[in-house]
Amino acid sequence: MSSSPGATASLPSPASVAPAHSGGTARWRPPLRWLWAWPFPLALLLLWHLSSVLGWAPEQVLPPPAQVFRTFADMVASGEIWTNLEISLVRVFTGFGIGLLAGLVLGSVMGLSSAARDYLYPLFKAFAQVPVIGWLPLLMLLVGIDEALKFLLIAKATLVPVTLNTCQGIQGVPNRLIEVARVYGFSRWQMLTRVVFPVATAPIWNGVRYGLTHAWLALVVVELLASSEGIGFLIVYGRQLFQLDVVLASVLAVGIVGFAIDRLLSLTEAWLLRWRKPGL
Amino acid sequence: MSQATSSGGVPPALRPWVLPVLILLLWWWAVASGWSTSPLLVSPWAVWEKALQQITSGDLWAALSASLWRNAQGFVAGASAGLAVGVLLGWSRWAERLVGPSFHTLKQISLFAWIPMLSMWFGLGDGAKIAFIAMAAFFPMVLNTFEGLRSVPREFIEVGRVYGFGFRQQLTRVIAPSAAPSVFTGVQLALIYSWLATLGSEYLMASGPGIGNTLIDGREHFQMDLVLFGVVVIGLVGSVLNAATGALERRLLAWRDRTVARY
Repeated sequence: MSSSPGATASLPSPASVAPAHSGGTARWRPPLRWLWAWPFPLALLLLWHLSSVLGWAPEQVLPPPAQVFRTFADMVASGEIWTNLEISLVRVFTGFGIGLLAGLVLGSVMGLSSAARDYLYPLFKAFAQVPVIGWLPLLMLLVGIDEALKFLLIAKATLVPVTLNTCQGIQGVPNRLIEVARVYGFSRWQMLTRVVFPVATAPIWNGVRYGLTHAWLALVVVELLASSEGIGFLIVYGRQLFQLDVVLASVLAVGIVGFAIDRLLSLTEAWLLRWRKPGL
Repeated sequence: MSQATSSGGVPPALRPWVLPVLILLLWWWAVASGWSTSPLLVSPWAVWEKALQQITSGDLWAALSASLWRNAQGFVAGASAGLAVGVLLGWSRWAERLVGPSFHTLKQISLFAWIPMLSMWFGLGDGAKIAFIAMAAFFPMVLNTFEGLRSVPREFIEVGRVYGFGFRQQLTRVIAPSAAPSVFTGVQLALIYSWLATLGSEYLMASGPGIGNTLIDGREHFQMDLVLFGVVVIGLVGSVLNAATGALERRLLAWRDRTVARY
């Protein structure tokens, strides 16, 4: 963001088509919308800096921002962040992959067959009702605190939203589409690949989205409670040594990864549902 | 798919029970046959006895009431702050421009990552736990209140204007009713998240009574019966919270069906 305000001010505002919510008259739109995002965090940062300069809060309780950023830079340079992040990401994506596959299969089975739904849905509902954090102590007893624990819990966090959305997405396919396909004499396979799954893509994708977000949440919980490496462990470790700059730098890393996952999902969504755009 | 329904031997009403009963039988058999000598393999009967003992001795009540009270305090603080910030962001474009991006960035940080910081700032007592629960309730509340206010159809406001509604009437007759369903979704999510946060805070700041502490104690002492009982209690509390908000929503938002019928 190095461009000077004057250089960009002459450009037409890209957001001028956004619907206004109140007031029917023509509204003045401030130029440079993105600039407005900065004063608030900068003011907070300044306040934080001042609090350490003026000694409102002791350094053990709130380290100055400069120190946190320096620690973050050090941890990036020394590779400490990368090695732990790599471990965490492998855990998330392995667990997510297992949960995704199982969820798609289970959700499809329950969505396509009402008999399977009768048998499985109540048990699934009971299983889903207990959150990941409730299963954690039980699984720690059963499988110990190795990688299996992380994979299983992250898979559970992914499985629930994926299964629910897949099942509801398939059930929500409009009957008239199925009737049209039947009129055209579609086989069962054609019915699934040409009608049911394309229509259900949007709700299923929603489930995948929730699944990955929940997987990341579950990872941090598991690593805080039962791990000796990974980004969540760094937070606990810093806390135990009373090094709050390490804690805050790790929290920063967690936030950046969360942001990256969100971006990744939006981009995939745009690509996955690109065929819908012309119709709308 | 109707053929499948009629050809199956089990009547549909009984189907939900087939798998749970099978699992229970298998479990019973595994214990009775001495399939494994692990102390972790407790019989269903032992879990039942543990449950009775926990209920009659008052241990369950002490833990559960401590957790629920904590949950309620955090929820009320977080949800009301969230409602206020959500209304502010939804109401004023300026507030949204100034605070919105920071808010969306902050919410990317996985919730539980805050616990170690909060325990540093508020100590290991109830203060830190409640602060964390409030945070968990805050984010969904802000998002859904904001969405609710932003999705009030412009036509509705214009109709209100045509009828000469004042600000007060506009607010109570137009804006609040059409934003209410989304706000309610926020309340529901805030309740779920605050329950998760209650458990998480009790695991990570293990001091004082609470249902999360019951589970952690059970795990530390290898008391499988206690852990299993705790899991059931957590599931039950979650479903009661869900059912309660569902019922409240149907009651408060009952006009959604009525308004159509009246015309």
